Amino acid sequence: MKTMKTVFAVLALGIVSSTAYSAGPKFPLDSIEVNHADKASLQRGASTFVNYCMGCHSASYHRYSRMAVDLGLPDDLVKKNLIFTTDENGEQTKVGALMTNNMDSDYAKQVFGTEPPNLALISRSRNANWLYTYMRTFYEQPERSGLGSNNLVFPDVGMPNVLWELQGKREAVFEIVTDENGQDKKQFVELRQVGDGKLTEDEFDALVYDLVNFLDYLGDPIKSERHRIGFWVLLFLGVFTAFAYMLKREYWKDVH
Amino acid sequence: MNGLIGWIDERFPLTKMWEEHLSKYYAPKNFNFWYYFGSLALLVLVIQIVTGIFLTMQYKPSGEQAFISVEYIMRDVEWGWLIRYMHSTGASAFFVVVYLHMFRGLMYGSYKKPRELIWIFGMLIYLCLMAEAFMGYLLPWGQMSYWGAQVIISLFGWVPFVGDDITLWLRGDYIVADATLNRFFALHVIAMPLVLLGLVVAHIIALHEVGSNNPDGVEIKKNKDENGIPRDGIPFHPYYSVKDLVGVGVFLFVFFSIVFFAPEMGGFFLEYANFVPANPLKTPEHIAPVWYFTPYYAMLRATPPLFDSALPGVIVMFAAIIVLFFLPWIDRGVVKSIRYRSQVYKTLLGLFVVSFVVLGYFGIKPPSTIGTLVSQICTVYYFVYFIALYVISKNENTKPVPERVTH
Repeated sequence: MKTMKTVFAVLALGIVSSTAYSAGPKFPLDSIEVNHADKASLQRGASTFVNYCMGCHSASYHRYSRMAVDLGLPDDLVKKNLIFTTDENGEQTKVGALMTNNMDSDYAKQVFGTEPPNLALISRSRNANWLYTYMRTFYEQPERSGLGSNNLVFPDVGMPNVLWELQGKREAVFEIVTDENGQDKKQFVELRQVGDGKLTEDEFDALVYDLVNFLDYLGDPIKSERHRIGFWVLLFLGVFTAFAYMLKREYWKDVH
Repeated sequence: MNGLIGWIDERFPLTKMWEEHLSKYYAPKNFNFWYYFGSLALLVLVIQIVTGIFLTMQYKPSGEQAFISVEYIMRDVEWGWLIRYMHSTGASAFFVVVYLHMFRGLMYGSYKKPRELIWIFGMLIYLCLMAEAFMGYLLPWGQMSYWGAQVIISLFGWVPFVGDDITLWLRGDYIVADATLNRFFALHVIAMPLVLLGLVVAHIIALHEVGSNNPDGVEIKKNKDENGIPRDGIPFHPYYSVKDLVGVGVFLFVFFSIVFFAPEMGGFFLEYANFVPANPLKTPEHIAPVWYFTPYYAMLRATPPLFDSALPGVIVMFAAIIVLFFLPWIDRGVVKSIRYRSQVYKTLLGLFVVSFVVLGYFGIKPPSTIGTLVSQICTVYYFVYFIALYVISKNENTKPVPERVTH
C-alpha cells in the first residue's frame, strides 16, 4: 500500500508542474451557464440566429421542424417568423428541411476568403463561454478592408461585426509593454464605446446570451432530454446493483 | 425440457460445454476487485458489437457523407444519439477495462507458466483492439479523425526504402481520402471484429484449460479433494456469475453516467476538434490521439530523430508493445503474486505504472521542453523495467507462499 501512495504523490506532482507550464496567452473568457430549459431564451436566440447569422452561415445538420418541437413553437409560427430562405424551386424552405442558407459557396469564398462555417456544431468545437465572449469583443478597425472590425478572442477573424447596429461602435485600447525579455508587446487594456447602438450594454449582453444558449442547443439538441432519461437509467442501475449485491451475499453464504 | 436437452446433447455438447466452462469450472474462491475486469471486457465487447451493428445501418462510409451521416444519426435517427454515444464511450471504456485487466495480470503474475499462451492471446487482443480503435476513429471523418490518421499512417513512411510505398498502399491515395475511409470501414466492421472474436475465444479456452490464477498466485489444482475438485475452488456459475453481476451493475452505472451526462468526457472521449468536418487543407492547431494511445505517442515524440528521420521513435513505440509479449520469459521469478514478492519488485512495478501514466499525460499535452524531458525519462524507464525485472527475478528475496489461498 505504501508503494501505491508514493505512486500517486509522484503522479500529482507531475500534473501540477506541467499545467502551470502549459498555460498560454489566451484572451480570458467570460463565463455563462447555458439553460436549455429556458424555452423563451432559446426562442429569442433562434430569432437572432435566423435574422443575423443565417445570411452567411447555415446549420444544415438540423431541421426547422425539430427546432420547432424542441423550442415549443408551432410549425406555422416557424414558417412565418423563422424561415427566410428558399429552396431550389424558389419557394420558401419547407419546415421539414435542413436549416440551409442561400449563400453560394464560391461567392462566400470570394468575399470572406473562406466559406462561413456551418454553425450547427460550433458550440461543440468551441464552447458557450468562447462564443459568448467572442460575440461581445468586436472592435472597430477601419483599415481591415471589407470588414472594418477585428476581434479580441479570434484575432484577424474573417467575419465582420454583424451586430454593430445593436451594440454600437467600440474601439480597443492597447498599450505597449516591455516584457522580461526586453521585447515590446501589444497588451489589451479595455474596450471603449465610441458610438451608441440600439441596445444598452445589458440588453446587448442578454441578446448574445440568448443567441449562445440557442447555439448550444443546436450543437447538442438532445442534452436536456438525455439528462432527464439518464436520471432514471441511473436510478434503475442503482436498484439493480443493490439487488445483485444481495443475491451475491445470499449465494456466497456457504463459501468459507 | 430434459427431453429436449437430451436430444441436443446427443447431437451437440451443450451440457458438456455448460459444465466445462461455467457450472463445473472451478475458480479460486479468493478473487478480489481486480478480477471483475475480464468479464467486463466481454460485456464491453458485446456493447460495441451490438451498437456497431445499429450504427452501420445509418452510417455512410464516404468522404462526402460520413460526417453528415453521423450528425443524421445524432439528430434524425430515433435513439441514434444513444447508440452513438454508447459506441464512442464504449471505445474508451474498452481500454479502461483492458488496461486494468492487464495490470491485474502484472500484479499477480498471471502471465507466468503455465499461462504464457493466455498472456500472448491477450496481447494479440490488445494489438487488435488498438487497430480496431484507430480505424474506427477515422469513420466520423472529423478534423481529428482525419489528421490523426494522417499522422499515424505517415509513421510508416519512415521505414527505409519502402516507406512511401507502404503509406500509399495503406491509404489507397496520396493523402487520407475516400479510399482510405472505405477500407478502414471494411476493416473496422468485418475484419478486425472477426479476428478479435476468434482471439477472445482462444483466450478463454486457454484460461479454462489451465485454470484461473488468483491474488495469492497459488495453483488451486495442486490441492484437490477426493472427488477431484480443487479445495479452494468454487464453481464459476453460480458463484462468480452472481458476483460479476454486481460488477456489471457498478460498471454500467459509471458507463451510463458518462453516456448520459458527459459523453465528451471533457474532450477525452470525443475530442472537440472532431466536431469540425475533415479538411485536408487545414491542419488543426494541436493534433493529439485519443487518450488510450497517448503513452506510445509520447514515446514517439520523446525519441530524438536520427539523421533527420523519426524512425527511432517509431521503433521505440512499437518495441514498447512488442516487449510485453516476452514478459513470461523476462520475469524469471517463481513466485507469482506481488503479495509474496520482494520490495524491489513492488517498487519497479509501481514506477512502471507511474511512467506509463505520466507518458499518457504528456502525450495529450502540446510539446514542451519539460514534457519532452519527463517523457524521455519515462520512456527509458519503461524499457529499463524489463531489463531490471530480468535481472532481479533470478534470485529474488521473496516471502513464503502459502499452501492454500487466503480468504
